[in-house]
Amino acid sequence: MKFFIPLIAFVALIGLMLFGLNNDPKLIPSPFIGQSAPQFELPRLYKPEQTISVDDMKGKVWILNLWASWCVSCRAEHAVLTRLINKEKIPTVGLNYKDYGTEDYGDDAVQWLSSLGNPYYAVAVDTKGMAGIDWGVVGVPETFLMDKKGIVRYKFTGPVYQKAVDETLIPLIKKLREEEG
Amino acid sequence: MNALFKPLHLKLLLGVFLLFFVLGMTALYAVKIEFHSFENKAQEKLYLQLIAELRCVKCQNQNLAESNAELAKDMREKAYELIIKGGSRDDVVNYMTARYGDFVLYKPPFKMQTLLLWVGPPIFLFLSLLMLFRLIRNQKNQPIEKLSETDRDSVRDLLTSNKEK
Repeated sequence: MKFFIPLIAFVALIGLMLFGLNNDPKLIPSPFIGQSAPQFELPRLYKPEQTISVDDMKGKVWILNLWASWCVSCRAEHAVLTRLINKEKIPTVGLNYKDYGTEDYGDDAVQWLSSLGNPYYAVAVDTKGMAGIDWGVVGVPETFLMDKKGIVRYKFTGPVYQKAVDETLIPLIKKLREEEG
Repeated sequence: MNALFKPLHLKLLLGVFLLFFVLGMTALYAVKIEFHSFENKAQEKLYLQLIAELRCVKCQNQNLAESNAELAKDMREKAYELIIKGGSRDDVVNYMTARYGDFVLYKPPFKMQTLLLWVGPPIFLFLSLLMLFRLIRNQKNQPIEKLSETDRDSVRDLLTSNKEK
């Protein structure tokens, strides 16, 4: 018995550490999953006199992608995201988060999209980052998937990669499309 | 005389240097936060209390008051905005937890998921005190082993052989 107590304690400690290794503290579970999407109504990048809001997307399965031209990992995910959008024909709103030079809706964000391609259905401009906070942003890029009722069903933190698209996002999009609106 | 004073001088100098270094750091700390004006003292107190209790989700080991991350700045701004509009402590906390979950609180609420967090440390303290207590009691009850005559001789041999060297 005297021998077993330290052994049990040791195994428990190793177990705890293994759990810690597989547990990324940066992945904060989003409290929005299963809740209706937070509202925003923001000017559009290319048509600043018009706005885009969450309500505009009602009745469709859609994606909200938070990005910024100053964000390096957004650049990394852009090709993957573009491929997903083209393949699934899924309307995607890009939320341009606190981009520099957007005071008069221009420059960096527009340049970024013209050089890398613009797969978005619409780009909402969140200069102050307050819509970002409403969506619980921790760091761009972040990607949300909404169902036809406008309920957040999935959140992907960080740059999306092909494996996650193929194994998680596409099957989920297909499933959500079969659900009733 | 000189030799005696020198290390003392050095220590004093080092102490003064450290003191100024630490003071300098706190001064730097203080300027980092934006200046806000409040309608009354209660609001200001609430704001300062909240930014100390809310966690910066970007830099997870700092609270909002300590962090100079962009996001922390925006979250401070939001807290300020809510307070100025007459929001209570609960309003701000609810706003933040609705968006970031309990994660944003350095003082998480007591519920099933956080049970271990709250109950764990007292249990560990109790268990370790129990173990300590038992250890001490067992020590007292342990019989003192009597030395046999041969042991005594060998000890004596050792002691005397050491002396001869």
